Amino acid sequence: METITSSKGISRRELLKRCMVVGAGLAVGTGFVAGSTAAWAMETKHVTPKEMATLIRMARDVYPHNHIPDEYYARAMKGYDSADSKSSVAEGVQILNKLAQEKGYTDYLSASWEDDRIEMLKSIEDSSFFQTVRGNLITGLYNQKEVWPLFGYEGESYSKGGYINRGYNDINWV
Amino acid sequence: MSAKFDLNDNGVVVVIGSGAGGGVLSNELAQKGIKVVCLEAGGRHLPQDYQNDEWASFGQISWLDARTTSGDWRVSKDFSGLPSWIVKAVGGSTTHWAGASLRFQEHEFKVKTVYGDVAGASLLDWPIGLSEMEPWYAKAEKNLGVTRTNGIPGLPGNNNYKVFEAGAKNLGYKNVHTGRMAINSEPRDGRTNCQQAGFCFQGCKFGAKWSSAYSDIPKGEATGNLEVRTHAQVLKIEHDAKGKVTGVIYADKDGNQQMQKARIVAVAGNSIESPRLLLNSASSMFPDGLANSSGQVGKNYMRHMTASMYAVFPKPVRFWRGTTMAGIITDESIHDPSRGFVGGYELETLALGVPFMAAFLDPGAWGRSFTSAMDMYENMAGLWIVGEDMPQETNAVTLNNDVKDQYGLPAPNVHFSDHPNDIAMRNHAWGQAKKLYDSVGATRTYPTPPYPSTHNLGTNRMSAKPRDGVVNKWGQTHDIDNLFVSDGSQFTTGAAENPTLTIVALAMRQADYIAKEMAARTI
Repeated sequence: METITSSKGISRRELLKRCMVVGAGLAVGTGFVAGSTAAWAMETKHVTPKEMATLIRMARDVYPHNHIPDEYYARAMKGYDSADSKSSVAEGVQILNKLAQEKGYTDYLSASWEDDRIEMLKSIEDSSFFQTVRGNLITGLYNQKEVWPLFGYEGESYSKGGYINRGYNDINWV
Repeated sequence: MSAKFDLNDNGVVVVIGSGAGGGVLSNELAQKGIKVVCLEAGGRHLPQDYQNDEWASFGQISWLDARTTSGDWRVSKDFSGLPSWIVKAVGGSTTHWAGASLRFQEHEFKVKTVYGDVAGASLLDWPIGLSEMEPWYAKAEKNLGVTRTNGIPGLPGNNNYKVFEAGAKNLGYKNVHTGRMAINSEPRDGRTNCQQAGFCFQGCKFGAKWSSAYSDIPKGEATGNLEVRTHAQVLKIEHDAKGKVTGVIYADKDGNQQMQKARIVAVAGNSIESPRLLLNSASSMFPDGLANSSGQVGKNYMRHMTASMYAVFPKPVRFWRGTTMAGIITDESIHDPSRGFVGGYELETLALGVPFMAAFLDPGAWGRSFTSAMDMYENMAGLWIVGEDMPQETNAVTLNNDVKDQYGLPAPNVHFSDHPNDIAMRNHAWGQAKKLYDSVGATRTYPTPPYPSTHNLGTNRMSAKPRDGVVNKWGQTHDIDNLFVSDGSQFTTGAAENPTLTIVALAMRQADYIAKEMAARTI
């Protein structure tokens, strides 16, 4: 996990000074993308910070969970920052930006209405770019152990002796 | 102490596979003093290795060799390389089975007679009936320690069961309980009782669930008559000029090919690999594959009519806690054509963790309709639908010569399309399941499509007449006396019930037959 936080190295205030907010919740600086409150930041080596920010925005649009912070979507997309993915990411982001421009926005990140972005994604949902991103999110997002508690899921139970003494039959509303 | 047999020992019985069929057969033969070499394609994983983690476990124990799919089933679109979700390990799919242990009903052994002609279905009566199977079912239930048999109490109901039971009673269903489960409700046979861990599908880390991996196999090994070779993938069955099988060629753990001689070969590699092996064993004498004079090897692939229903409630259910499938309604498993279909189905409780729910709730779906379901995960209840599907000759396991496995052999292609009867039954079941959950106050329900198949059946079916199927009433191939089939591929038809208990009972019965025939020197 290469996501860095303000506690490591530079302060949140310093981090904020070095970046520009690009859309709801996201900011980019030289060589990194961050949460707009600088609660987290992630370096990019192969794709541009803005491309990564676009992918993170897209990830949330594909599987939007209002109670899940961007950081977890960022972790799910981190793997696209690779030499292998570089060109397909650039191409995919270009397509998203073109669709946004057709709707009068500067780019995908500045498309402020979710409904507009969903319409754009709908129009490319059969493309391999969309399907690759969507398919990988199923494990990239939902198989993060840190995300499970946000759904109430408790993960492994063996080390705690199962649920025989921990509420396997504890509901009383039925 | 585990035996060690020579590759040239032509007195052994070679059993291919160590699951519900092969694992039980190996032990039963070993108990009778018969020398057995059991060849298992996977490794030996035991409770200490199992993982309470859905994807990690999937990667650890699943059969992930190259396979292809075709037909109109949605699995072929959403999981095109994964027709089935079965296990490659000692114990086979008894590692991840849910434990539901049900006897078939009398009419389900003679569906051709009872249902009559169903257009497009290749229905056939079994050459055996319930009365013949009853003593073997009794023996299997005792071996597995099935709850609600042999004086063993039922499992306690978990949260998911509470919702399920309340709905069942609201609908007027009479037969709802926590199931006949091969999961200990009290310590038995050296295994502890269920700790309600909720990871039945990932291999029971407490060993409370019966699995041949740590029940029958070690018992067989203790006789000194059984040798289990792991990472031994059988590639071909060999025969002599008289058409008798003489042994098998397998790839060992280092990838080297070995030839194990045998007096008898029993195939128990599950309903995809078993017919594939017979087809891949074609020779100049048997150009269409071994035991295939009927042309039925690989045909009539069945997977049960399945589906799920998940429902969201205003309050938490936390359905992942506790035994995954300890809940059943049997009222719909009758044959009542007034419902618009022949045969019946069971409703059984089911839960998935967040990772698998994301993958299987509605494969391919995205957007807020999907995520709003996931957002209510904690408040979900769920059930699985499992019913009799119609055998169809066009649903088949064939060799795909364009795709090769790691040994260079043609991969199996699994072709499946629903029969109209399957669709009618599924729609009825979804309707009942929705009513059930609505009656308890569900605010939203999700009719979830079938998962990759766990119940793979029928591809070497049992028949009275050699022209109708591959094996006789003992699982002995019609064409070759010393070649047997010992898994669910023997099933003539699928019945509504989960198949494992029947596979185990048939393996026990077959062991008895093989021992008698060996003693009489007829094979």
